Amino acid sequence: MSRNDVLVTADWAEENLGTPGLVFVEVDEDTSAYDGGHLEGAVKLDWKTDLQDPVRRDFVNKEAFEALLSAKGISNDDTVVLYGGNNNWFAAYAYWYFKLYGHENVKLVDGGRKKWELDGRALSKDTPARPATQYKAQDPDLSIRAFRDEVVASIGTKNLIDVRSPDEFSGKILAPAHLPQEQAQKGGHVPTAKNIPWSKAANEDGTFKSDEQLEALYAEQGYDGSLATIAYCRIGERSSHTWFVLRELLGKSDVKNYDGSWVEYGSLVGVPIEK
Amino acid sequence: MCGAPKQGGTLAGVDLNTQTVIQGSVWHDGAPVPGAYVRLLDSTDEFTAEVVTSPEGEFRFFAAPGQWKVRSLSPVGKGEQVLSADVGLNETTVAIS
Repeated sequence: MSRNDVLVTADWAEENLGTPGLVFVEVDEDTSAYDGGHLEGAVKLDWKTDLQDPVRRDFVNKEAFEALLSAKGISNDDTVVLYGGNNNWFAAYAYWYFKLYGHENVKLVDGGRKKWELDGRALSKDTPARPATQYKAQDPDLSIRAFRDEVVASIGTKNLIDVRSPDEFSGKILAPAHLPQEQAQKGGHVPTAKNIPWSKAANEDGTFKSDEQLEALYAEQGYDGSLATIAYCRIGERSSHTWFVLRELLGKSDVKNYDGSWVEYGSLVGVPIEK
Repeated sequence: MCGAPKQGGTLAGVDLNTQTVIQGSVWHDGAPVPGAYVRLLDSTDEFTAEVVTSPEGEFRFFAAPGQWKVRSLSPVGKGEQVLSADVGLNETTVAIS
């Protein structure tokens, strides 16, 4: 696995819109973004309503994922090309999610929606009609998903990477600053976690930094290549971005995303917290 | 939920006794810039959040008291503004030159 297998440029995406066997998928929480214009032929996935269980805090199960992809007209043989807003946070989350359910060919558009817009590339308001498929998912691959007990057990023994902003890491603010700061959980971070914000891995236009820059970044921030790694943020989407960098771009082994993240950890009774 | 709420509009429902709101608009050539990317950087210039301006060119952040920088990136150019925020409403304008 290398950068060319998992990441495509906006130029490549533009040249390949409509290519059979490729399905472009926009993933946002703000679905008005898609409705206001999207890559020609792209289908929409709503991060919240499509990918989250409507009752419990968890993913949709395997059967629901199969039903979702079947209804969207995505088949097991298709290459899924993901992009989205928020510097590809939710597209990276969807990438991880597709991998969790065993989809083989998945790619991200470098820079996502932001670079596409800044480049002034064309957007379409047409909703594509794709015939339904009979999608079959695999059992969830839990080698890439961490749960809370494993996080607690990893204190001092694995690379714990907190990818939130420094002010969230320190507990000064409890959520990214585009959201109101009223949260139930305590502020701070998991003891021994290193604060390597997701944003350090990206350029201002949302594209990923080069492999050389990324290797240097994690080395200088104390990432230990001999240890397993768990990345977390507030709800697991920014840490998907870092999971993508470490596992898919840099090819690190044993990297998990803790999607429970700070909203769960900071609400647990009795676990250690550092500020 | 990490998607930004709709930008602009009223502050109804926002408690200005506890929230540190930084809001304003992005301007270029005497007109507001819709669809501009605006990011909030902390006192060390590290990314804290990013939103896209409303059709009226407005943005809004919920931060904490302290020094901040608002930087805008759009197809028409870049601009930035440094400000000191307190609890309550802090308004600023970012001009793209």
